[in-house]
Amino acid sequence: MTGARLNWRIAVGGGALLALAVIAILAPVLAPVDPLEQDLFLELLPPWWQADADPTRALGADSLGRDVLSRLIHAARPALTVAVVAGVLTMLLGTALGLLAGYMGGMVDVLISRLVDIWTSFPPVLLAIMLVALIGTGLHSVIIAIVLIDWTRFCRVVRSETLAQTQMEYIDAAVIGGLKRGVILFREVLPNVLPLVIVLLTLEMSIAIIVEAILSFVGLSVSSDSPTWGGMIAEGRQVIHQAWWVMAFPMGLILIAVLALNLLGDGLKTALDPVLRR
Amino acid sequence: MSGHLLLRRLVQAVPTLFGVSVVVFVLVRVVPGNPIAMMLPPGATLEDMERLRQAYGLDGSIVEQYVIWLGQALQGSFGTSISLRQDVLELVLGRLPATLELAVFATAMAIAVGVLAATTGVLFRGRWPETVIDAVNGFTLAVPDFIWALALILVFGVLLPVLPISGRVDPRLGTEFATGFYLTEALVSARFTVVGDLLAHMIMPAIALALPLAAIITRVLKNSLAEAMVQDYVMIARVKGFSRWRIIWVEALRNASIPALTLTGVQFTFLVGGTVLVEKIFSYPGIGNMAIDAVINRDLPLIQGLILSFAVIFIVVNLLVDLSYGWLNPRLRS
Repeated sequence: MTGARLNWRIAVGGGALLALAVIAILAPVLAPVDPLEQDLFLELLPPWWQADADPTRALGADSLGRDVLSRLIHAARPALTVAVVAGVLTMLLGTALGLLAGYMGGMVDVLISRLVDIWTSFPPVLLAIMLVALIGTGLHSVIIAIVLIDWTRFCRVVRSETLAQTQMEYIDAAVIGGLKRGVILFREVLPNVLPLVIVLLTLEMSIAIIVEAILSFVGLSVSSDSPTWGGMIAEGRQVIHQAWWVMAFPMGLILIAVLALNLLGDGLKTALDPVLRR
Repeated sequence: MSGHLLLRRLVQAVPTLFGVSVVVFVLVRVVPGNPIAMMLPPGATLEDMERLRQAYGLDGSIVEQYVIWLGQALQGSFGTSISLRQDVLELVLGRLPATLELAVFATAMAIAVGVLAATTGVLFRGRWPETVIDAVNGFTLAVPDFIWALALILVFGVLLPVLPISGRVDPRLGTEFATGFYLTEALVSARFTVVGDLLAHMIMPAIALALPLAAIITRVLKNSLAEAMVQDYVMIARVKGFSRWRIIWVEALRNASIPALTLTGVQFTFLVGGTVLVEKIFSYPGIGNMAIDAVINRDLPLIQGLILSFAVIFIVVNLLVDLSYGWLNPRLRS
C-alpha cells in the first residue's frame, strides 16, 4: 500500500472525527436553538429544501416541534463521551487480562480463557440491555455495560498476540539478561502488542457509539429529555410515515461516525505495521 | 467426525451451559430491584408479598434458589413468567420457530451473497469487478445490522412503500398454522400466497442480519480462494484445460471454504444476537423481541429461559460447524 493512500485514510477518518469532536464540545455555541424547546406550531416541520420549510429550522422539527439540527448537535456529546470513555476503559481491562493470560499461561490462562468462552456465549446486545436494565439507566450504566461486555474482544486478540510474542527470541534474551517477569511484560511485550491494541480501540469506539445508539433507541440510555441519536431514531420511527427525515438525520450521523472510525482504524493498521508499511 | 468425538463435544458443552446459567442467575439477582413489588396491586400487605415471593421461589439464599432452579430446569421446568404469567418453556418454544426461520433464512442469504461475491472477485482478479466488490465490502463491513434495518425500513417501507415493515404474516390472510414454523409449513402445504406474504415480511430483517455476515464471508473466502488458486492441484486443473469458473467452483471452493466456515460459525452467534434488536425494530414475533420486553419488565424466569435458549443455539451451531469440517476435509475424518 502506498504512503499517499495510507495518509488519505487517516486524514479523512481522523478529520471527520475531529469535526464531530469540535461539534460536541462547542454544542451550546453551535446549536441555533435550545434542543429542548418545544413549539407545537412547528410540529414535524420539513427540512429546508422542501416547500413550507422554516429557514430558522434548517433540518426541520420533530413531533414535539423541537429543532432537529440543534438536537443532533447536542446528541454528539453523549455519543462521543461513551465512545472515548467506554473505548479506553474496555481497552485497559481487556488488554490487562489478555496480557496476563498470554504471558502467565497455566491456570491463569485457563481461567481467563474459559471466562471469555462463557462471556461470548451471551448475545451481546441482549447482555447490554440486561445490564443497563439492572444497573439503571444513564450514561454511566451504558459505559459500564460496554466495558463489561466487550473486554473479551481485546482479551482474545491480546492474549494470542502475547503468546506469539513470548515465543520470540528477544524474550529469551530478556530472560537470560535477568529481567523480572513484570518488567519483560511491560517493557518488552506490551510495546509490541500496542499497535494492534490501538487499531482495536478505533473499532471499539465505533462499537460503543452503536451500542449507545441501540440502548437509547430502546430507551435505556440517558433520560429521555436530553437528546441522543438513538433516542431521536426511536422518536423518528414513530412518525416515519409523516416525517421520514426525523429518523434519517441521526442515522446519517451515526453512519458517518462509524465509517470515520473504521477508516481511521484501517489507516492506522497499515501505518503502525512495519511489514505493511513498506 | 466419529461418534466418539461428537460425544466429547457434547460433554464439553455442559460446563459452558452451566457457567452461563450461573452467570445469568447471579447477575439477575445481585442487583437491587424488586420485581415482586411491581406485580402487587397498591395496598398489598407484607404478607402478600411474602406469599408471592414463595410462589415464585424468590425466598431463600441465592445458592438455595439456584439449586432449586437447576433441579427444576433439568426436569424441563423453567418456572413461570412474572410479566406474562405463563410457563417459560411454553413461551420460549412458541416464539423460537420464528427466530430460527429468520436466522436460517438470513444465514443462507449471507452464504449465497458471500460465496457469489468472493468467487466473482477472484474470477475477475485485478479488474474493475474486483475493485467494486472490495469497495462495497469495505463499506458493508463497517455498518451494523441496526443501521441496515432502519435504512431498509426507510427506503423500502416508506420512501418506496413496497414491503411491510412489521410483523410476520398479514393477519388479513387469516391463515391458521399447526406449528410455529410458518414458512416451512406453508411451503410444505404449497400455500404460495402465504409463502409470498411470509417472505415479504421476512426479507428486510433477513437482509439486515445477513449483510454484515455476508461481508465477512466475502473477505475471508476471497483471501483463501486467492491462496488456493496458486496451489498445485489448481495448476493441474488448468493444464487439463478446465475453465476458470469450473476450477474456482469445483476444485478450489471446497478447500478454501474451511476458514470461512469457522468464521461463519463464530459470526452466526452475532447474527442470532442481532435478532434481538432487528426483531424489535421490525416487531417480528421471535424470542429476541420477547427478550427485550422481558428485560425491561425485569421478568427473571423468562430472562433466564431466553438466555439459556440463546446459549443452546450457539452450542448447537458450533457443533454443526465442527461436524461439517469432516465433510469438507477428508483428512479430519480419521
